[in-house]
Amino acid sequence: MKQKQTQDRPHSAWLTYHAVEAITAAIIFVVGVVMMIDGYRIGMGWAFDGPESGYFPFRTGAILCISSVVVFLRTLFGKHRNDNLFVSWDRFKKVLYVLIPTVLYVLATQFIGIYVASVVFIGGFMRAMGKFSWLKIILISVGISAALFWMFEIQFKVSLPKGPLESLLGY
Amino acid sequence: MEDLSNLFHGFAVIFSWYNLGMMAIGLILGVIVGVLPGLGGPNGVAILLPLTFTMNPTSAIVMLSCIYWGSLFAGAITSILFNIPGESHSVATTFDGYPLAQQGRAGEALTASFTGSFVGAFFSVVLITFLAPLVAKFALKFGPPEFFAVYFLTFASFIGTGRDPFKTMIALMIGFGLAQIGMDSVSGQLRLTFGSSELLRGIDFLIAVIGLFGLGEILLSMEEGLKFDGKEAKINVKVVWHTWKKLPKYWVTLLRSSAIGAWMGITPGGATSASFMGYGIAKRFSKNGHKFGTGKLEGVLAPETAAHASGCAALLPMMALGIPGSATAAVLLGGLMIWGLQPGPLLFIEQKDFVWGLIASMYLSNIVGLLIVLTTVPLFAAILRIPFSIIAPVIVVVCAIGAYSVNNTMFNIWAMLVLGVIGYLFKKLDYPLAPLVLALVLGDRAEVAFRQAILGSQGAMSIFFSNMLVSGIMIFGLLLLFWPAIDLGWSKVRGTRPHEGRKTD
Repeated sequence: MKQKQTQDRPHSAWLTYHAVEAITAAIIFVVGVVMMIDGYRIGMGWAFDGPESGYFPFRTGAILCISSVVVFLRTLFGKHRNDNLFVSWDRFKKVLYVLIPTVLYVLATQFIGIYVASVVFIGGFMRAMGKFSWLKIILISVGISAALFWMFEIQFKVSLPKGPLESLLGY
Repeated sequence: MEDLSNLFHGFAVIFSWYNLGMMAIGLILGVIVGVLPGLGGPNGVAILLPLTFTMNPTSAIVMLSCIYWGSLFAGAITSILFNIPGESHSVATTFDGYPLAQQGRAGEALTASFTGSFVGAFFSVVLITFLAPLVAKFALKFGPPEFFAVYFLTFASFIGTGRDPFKTMIALMIGFGLAQIGMDSVSGQLRLTFGSSELLRGIDFLIAVIGLFGLGEILLSMEEGLKFDGKEAKINVKVVWHTWKKLPKYWVTLLRSSAIGAWMGITPGGATSASFMGYGIAKRFSKNGHKFGTGKLEGVLAPETAAHASGCAALLPMMALGIPGSATAAVLLGGLMIWGLQPGPLLFIEQKDFVWGLIASMYLSNIVGLLIVLTTVPLFAAILRIPFSIIAPVIVVVCAIGAYSVNNTMFNIWAMLVLGVIGYLFKKLDYPLAPLVLALVLGDRAEVAFRQAILGSQGAMSIFFSNMLVSGIMIFGLLLLFWPAIDLGWSKVRGTRPHEGRKTD
């Protein structure tokens, strides 16, 4: 789903509602086909005692395919074509402002732990979007992370991903 | 009057400082979750569910259900003060709520909406108290074929009442597909894992809820560039009393909306459609109907009462049959399984403390909830004045933590991220998300019921039409499944345009 959105260019007239609708329907169709193939692989039929394991996946995939074809055709040939812009580049940029840092944040969590990553993530947002002063940024982002640490690791004993800093502190 | 003595027993169960504390925490968290963009009933409960893994089930359900009630109360706050519905079920509340706030009558509108919510909830809880045990008793006779038929009816009713049957169908099938990932519980074969060991465990429904509703919503609010500059929430004893004096004359609206909401909650119509129906019908039947939209108290009461009634009533089929009536109820049902309870009619026999404790807590928490929201609205409205540049990353962090703690794997956070993008896309394209979540939670159970039924009949499909009960449910389900086609055919025959389908969440 993601790469379709990144194909968005400024002033691209084709990225209307019905274009996105059609592309999404096409992707759903492919998902349906994949499910049917996997269902077929493990047996989509009827054994002596009832349905085989692939019986439901195969049929779920088939219904997905049929429904997506209907949505696809209706989008292309239907009477009410929605030619409005799906999302303008300006507005989509704002979505990317959240999405890209979030991807980096999840990546960082894997290496430096969720608490340190959260400090950087929240702080970065406050700096880039909110133009806060560094003092406020540090107070709020460190404060929130510390509060989460206290709540999860100490109060509820739920272990979250930790990195080198936490092991330095003995956790 | 066995029910009443059970209910008193339930009150005895929850009257401990610990449970009352959990109730208060749940309600306050629920209100916070309800006013924040990107968080709502379903994902608020989903994120906090992992924290309750070690709690005793009764305290856990009391806290989590209170989050649900809190979020139902809170949807109105943003609708009235900011003209931004905090939850999809409070969209209809903006129609008359915001005009009232513009006229400087925000306090009245808020009091009316909270009180309406309370009345709706109370109606549904009374209904649950007396109806749920009967339904459960009746359902004890159900075997696998009957259960499959009820699941089928649930799924079919989404198609029958949804706006777009094909998109609803796609949402349902994607939910089933996600449920099928992992090990087949009957044969032990691996399905749709494509050799990935991460997928062995399947995609947990909590991840889907957090991603689709939480992250997806944040992306959407980012794109829409939310700006909260709302009206002041002035609310005091005088305003409350003044408003309460006016309410009795709207008793017809209150009762009607409660009934609509309760019905939409028991059938999986959802709070959103209930609130729209409540508003629409009040508008049609009120003698002030033509003034709706300009700031009438009735226009706030009608949708809020229906929404909260439907939210509460959604727990009736969840407790009695193991079939949730809303997305949030679906998450609560998932919680039951995690705490080691087997959802279904046997709950009423084997887990009396749990069931009646929950019902008793619903009475109490809606009263406490009403007091909390009435007294603390300005505080919660202030939360929305916190800049979005702080709130947005914090919500993302909370979603990530929630996703990770489901079963302590990084894979879940990545899955949540992907589902968040899908949620954003689906919301913009009007694919309904509630059927997806329900299909994901119930998919496995429906399939197991089907296969057990077939095993019992040695492979004959006729088992689903073997007696009056099961064939009745199946036929009703089939009727709902093909309802859009029947409706279309009927209006073609009569030469009129098919009416616009109802709105569902």
